[in-house]
Amino acid sequence: MTRGVPTLPLLGHACLDADLAWRDGERISVARFLGDVHRLAALLPVGGHVLNICADRYRFTVGLAASLLTGKISLLPSTHTPETVRQLAAFAPDAFCLADGVCDIDLPQFHYPELAGADHAGPIPAVAADQLVACVFTSGSTGTPVPHRKTWGALVRNAAAEAERLGLSPAAPHAIVGTVPPQHMYGFESTVLLALQGGGAFWAGRPFYPADIAAAVDAVPRPRVLVSTPFHLRTLLAAGVPLPVTDLVVSATAPLSGKLAAETEARLRGPLLEIYGCTETGQTATRRTALTAEWQLFRDVHLCIEDGQAWAYGGHVEQRTALGDILEPTADDRFLLHGRSADLVNIAGKRSSLGYLNHQLNAIPGVLDGSFVMPDDEQIDGATRLAAVVVAPGLDRAALLHALRERIDPLFLPRPLLFADRLPRNATGKLPRAALDELCRRLRSDPA
Amino acid sequence: MKEIAPASPAPDNLDALRLEVAGIIVEALNLEQAPESIPPDDSLFGEGLGLDSIDILEVALVVSKRYGFQLRADDDDNVKIFRSLRSLTEYIASHRTQ
Repeated sequence: MTRGVPTLPLLGHACLDADLAWRDGERISVARFLGDVHRLAALLPVGGHVLNICADRYRFTVGLAASLLTGKISLLPSTHTPETVRQLAAFAPDAFCLADGVCDIDLPQFHYPELAGADHAGPIPAVAADQLVACVFTSGSTGTPVPHRKTWGALVRNAAAEAERLGLSPAAPHAIVGTVPPQHMYGFESTVLLALQGGGAFWAGRPFYPADIAAAVDAVPRPRVLVSTPFHLRTLLAAGVPLPVTDLVVSATAPLSGKLAAETEARLRGPLLEIYGCTETGQTATRRTALTAEWQLFRDVHLCIEDGQAWAYGGHVEQRTALGDILEPTADDRFLLHGRSADLVNIAGKRSSLGYLNHQLNAIPGVLDGSFVMPDDEQIDGATRLAAVVVAPGLDRAALLHALRERIDPLFLPRPLLFADRLPRNATGKLPRAALDELCRRLRSDPA
Repeated sequence: MKEIAPASPAPDNLDALRLEVAGIIVEALNLEQAPESIPPDDSLFGEGLGLDSIDILEVALVVSKRYGFQLRADDDDNVKIFRSLRSLTEYIASHRTQ
């Protein structure tokens, strides 16, 4: 496959004095970043797998780079419930947790240390393209998270393709403000890797309230990019705060309506590009949602449909990969998105499957039968919640919710949680959707 | 942990405001419980009422419109204001403009 040992640089910045981050009002240069990376690399424990939960985006990135240089694999699970952490520990017994705050995760802890803050004279390190650097987990459908292994080469090619599409480059450095965490695949790609490979800089914080987001964007130099989600954008616009000029807005995790996209462009005075992608393939397409419903594939990435199943291949997509969405190609490099395949669940950017959630629900002692229910009226630009119907005569609501919280991400906790004497299973044991909906309607109107 | 000091609202007013805020939470999130049933000192998120960051932004939006100020997180702990119904009420009492 490869001749020699091809390497790719840790970052694409033009010089050591270039900006890499803003933190506590302070500008952090590439040289200072490299100094912190080398010092942290010398201090990290020996374990070969890192669960990097640093909330501060700068510390997360220093942790990621130090892990790269010491050959450690970063674990990126979709949630940190006790059950997931147990599964992570079984997957990687040498895993430790790198944290910059209070942390109750049941893994050996390594607290992000105070670093001396001295510059490093370079050179910019290079990392082998075939080095395994991250394991990103999806929930799978059987109760065990499925690892997706990412090499440095694949991540860099993906970030380069994204930077090209968004118009970011070391010759035109952008400042990135993200409302999404660096541990989420989207935030990992579009704030951390995009800044590293696009020669830009990021805001170390993760602004939360609308006024915080406006202040963070206003605090970084132009050209600037806001990396966000439909939900955050909707609350940002609705809050009625003055919004700074934003040269580019990026949205992902859930479909954005054309109306919210147009309104965002008008209020932030910059174009909005929506990103399409998934954990398995990384990002593969974008669209200017205010102008078109059609998605445009990244250069060299291709799409094919076989028996209704969409596959992506080419470019940074290393293997032909099945997609969990229903797609309709409209040209060689364009497609329309017609929703998710039935089993997939996506709430505020967290993805799971009904199969996984039902498995976890039914694994709780005392639950005789139970099923999650996807609502019909999925909210556009908002957050949808799941319902669940459970047969558990010996359990009360609080005990059941407590047990579920141990197993599934809080975003998937059912609202409402309904109790029934039995579920309307048919002769083959299946739960017809119509019968389940009817039962939910009846239980909701008569909760007794 | 330092408590957020309320400006100087009378205790009666604070009780009334707390019930009003509880009503806002229940209505904004379509919760199936009465506002009076939210214990003032229980955690609003996690094991308590079970709110998450999505809910908090929804409630923050209604609060900012109703009381005329924008919520700000001055440190990394975005949801500190929402620690309990009491802490949220006191934060609103000391920041409201209307």
